Amino acid sequence: MTFAKEDAPRDGTPSDKGGDTGRGPGQDKDQGRGPDRGPDENQGPDKDQGRGPDRGPDKNQGPGPDAYTPSARRIERERFKRSRTRRATAVAALSTLVTLAVLYVVVTGSPGWPRTKETFLDGEYARQALPLVLDGLWLNLRLLAVCGAVTLVLGLLLAVARTLRGPALFPLRALATAYVDFFRGLPLIICLLAVIFGLPALRLQGVPTDPVVLGGIALSLTYSAYMAEVFRAGIESVHPSQRAAARSLGLSSAQTMRFVVLPQAVRRVVPPLLNDLVSLQKDTGLVSIAGAVDAVYAAQILASKTFNYTPYVVAGLVFVVLTIPMTRFTDWVTARMNRRQSQGGTV
Amino acid sequence: MPHPSRLAAAAAAFAFVALAASACAPQPEAGGSGPSGAASGSASAAGTPASCAPDALATKARGKLTVGTDTPAYAPWFQDDDPANGKGYESAVAYAVARELGFAKEDVVWQKVAFNNAFAPGEKTFDFDINQVSVNEDRRKAVDLSTGYYDVRQAVIALKDSEAAKATTLAELKGARLGAQVGTTSLDVINEQIQPRQRPSVFQKNDLAKAALKNGQVDAIVVDLPTAFYITGAEVPEAKVVGQFATTPGAGAKEQFGLVLDKGSALTACVSRAVDALRADGTLAALEKQWLSDAAGAPVLK
Repeated sequence: MTFAKEDAPRDGTPSDKGGDTGRGPGQDKDQGRGPDRGPDENQGPDKDQGRGPDRGPDKNQGPGPDAYTPSARRIERERFKRSRTRRATAVAALSTLVTLAVLYVVVTGSPGWPRTKETFLDGEYARQALPLVLDGLWLNLRLLAVCGAVTLVLGLLLAVARTLRGPALFPLRALATAYVDFFRGLPLIICLLAVIFGLPALRLQGVPTDPVVLGGIALSLTYSAYMAEVFRAGIESVHPSQRAAARSLGLSSAQTMRFVVLPQAVRRVVPPLLNDLVSLQKDTGLVSIAGAVDAVYAAQILASKTFNYTPYVVAGLVFVVLTIPMTRFTDWVTARMNRRQSQGGTV
Repeated sequence: MPHPSRLAAAAAAFAFVALAASACAPQPEAGGSGPSGAASGSASAAGTPASCAPDALATKARGKLTVGTDTPAYAPWFQDDDPANGKGYESAVAYAVARELGFAKEDVVWQKVAFNNAFAPGEKTFDFDINQVSVNEDRRKAVDLSTGYYDVRQAVIALKDSEAAKATTLAELKGARLGAQVGTTSLDVINEQIQPRQRPSVFQKNDLAKAALKNGQVDAIVVDLPTAFYITGAEVPEAKVVGQFATTPGAGAKEQFGLVLDKGSALTACVSRAVDALRADGTLAALEKQWLSDAAGAPVLK
């Protein structure tokens, strides 16, 4: 255990705080945890600043007559930094404008542009396509909700099964490994064809024949294998010392998994999991191979009837718009996790 | 101040992008939109016979006629998935049109063109495409279509032991789970004439529609009549043709297959004239008799 350095003495000498990162050296210790921490709380390198107890939460200036005033040199330095930032922004804006202008001139000046415009960007067909596409999108969203939940649960179970210890559980480990290997490697379209057209051909009692249900099963098979690998990566990234510490505190191996390993593992893999969910959202359209009409397929139906590609463009934009909130959500989760990790507050 | 060499590099990059983009822009095609083959029964007066001679025609490859079709090429329109053997109705029609234009059989080159690529706006890889493409006004905006070489009727097929197989009217099919291939007029027929209570299934290929029919995932599928006879005769013997539709919706009273040409193609008028000539001298009727089943065998669904 080392101690974080105290701040610069508050006697009016300029400290180097508040300009750029606001972090003194030597406080990034990952493991030196105080004994008063809970067992499940291993994130959070120690306190950021090693603040004394008399400090406000995030202000460096204590009130009073000896309040910190920045030196002339420091003011000059900050002004210089600001001017550099302004100039960088201006250059970026200019180069963006020039790029856009060049692209615009090249695209709209191309000999095939009028033809391309009427084939891909026709307002009338876009108006016709939008309600049909949105109608189909409802199918995508329902599939995403159900398959997303199923794959997350199934993926987590598979990953746990793969990381179980003990010789008696070997068959379970082997089965989970075989499952993941097979379905991760099997092309999704073949999985869909086999499940959608193969299962009903068996004529078994109780097997669903609804193509959407079957398509959802095929998607879940493939994506749970993807998710299982993501979860496993998370579980294996938890440092062995965590397990050792938990077991030495008397937790059983199941409790260790449940209270120590999984919380950390899942938090670490949230971004890749959301990545898989976005990917799943786009792949839900593939169940249209069985005849169900999703957003992209609705666009294709209109496009091949009219020989105009505008419906595809509409469907593409709808999906992009749908993905944006998901992406923002991913960013927000990641940022929140980073904040928690770097502050070491209670989780 | 930005570094002068960096500025120069940026400028060079922009110049390069602009240059590259303009370099790969194709040369504008000469000629605007040619006369598009408006459906007219008689041979149009556009183009004298001389201008339709093989060496005067601006085909893709000089002295050759490049014909496109999708793969796989389905019977009864083609046979053995080989459009070049002259067997099957569309293969025979393509060769007849070529002969009418003055091309020998060996000068016809077949090109695989997926249905969706046939109407893509870029450079076409074929002189004309023959792929059971129905003529409608929307499509005429995107491509040139010749006059019709076949009058299409749509038909319903269902498994013999299903409820749908007993239907004698359109109303009796309202409750059935129906299917059709994407981009076909069969789908329009379902939506406009039967108006089923349940949304029809739409399949990428007729193969998938057949598989769904066999599995009982749909009760009946709608295809054009020759395909219906072929499916029930050779591919799904446990199914039967329930009946045919009286007239199909669309631009006119009757639906026709037309040859697809590039928008504004110089060949459209000549190809249309060749098709009209084949219709007038009875060639099309003879080929229909030779390759397609007689439509009289299917009752009309009221």
